[in-house]
Amino acid sequence: MKFTRRETMLMALGATAATMLPGRAMADVDAKVAEFTGGAEIGEGGLTLTAPEIAENGNTVPIEVSAPGAVSIMVLATGNPTPGAAVFNFGPLAGAQSASTRIRLAKTQNVMAVAKMADGSFVQVSQEVKVTIGGCGG
Amino acid sequence: MADNVKPKVRVPKTASAGEVITLKTLISHPMESGQRKDGDGNLIPRSIINRFTCDFNEQNVIDVTMEPAISTNPYFEFQAIVPETGAFTFTWYDDDGSVYTEVQEITVG
Repeated sequence: MKFTRRETMLMALGATAATMLPGRAMADVDAKVAEFTGGAEIGEGGLTLTAPEIAENGNTVPIEVSAPGAVSIMVLATGNPTPGAAVFNFGPLAGAQSASTRIRLAKTQNVMAVAKMADGSFVQVSQEVKVTIGGCGG
Repeated sequence: MADNVKPKVRVPKTASAGEVITLKTLISHPMESGQRKDGDGNLIPRSIINRFTCDFNEQNVIDVTMEPAISTNPYFEFQAIVPETGAFTFTWYDDDGSVYTEVQEITVG
């Protein structure tokens, strides 16, 4: 069987769309984001999420979030059965609005961070992490 | 009930006034996500640490809400400003009601 370049691209797109639609979990993600932002509009920029492109072991994936001037940053594992990972709230003595931790990822998915800035605006960023062996038991 | 929960933190012994220092914390805890099943197919109930805070002389540095996607033996690395000599208090709150604390002093010289 032979595919033209266009067909191959379409198939790749289809496969991506299929992996990005695990129904229930996505609804949970939306609910989490809405709870955090109160329905406010979310912009981009000013927030950095550092995560590995490929994680061999989904049980412990190092991530770092950083958003100068943020009040709090929420991290979501969008493909997990329960997407919530952590919410970092920075106090008056925080030396920088950044933090690192390790999270579990059940499968290859987008890790997402949403930051609340001091002026009340919100920004988000997400990055795909490929997981070789999933965490969360299962 | 989580057994053998042992917090470890790394705080420099000294700093200059107003210096920004890096703090690292690790606590041994299974962080049972509530998704796993035991040998008989029964769901193992969730048992995690759900909150971590760090304060310096009663002033907050960071307050983290933790959910099941945090790995076993939760690790955090973050930065704090040290305005004066004092102590960092690290507190972890377990689902089962246990509270684990660790205090580390730092001298501003």
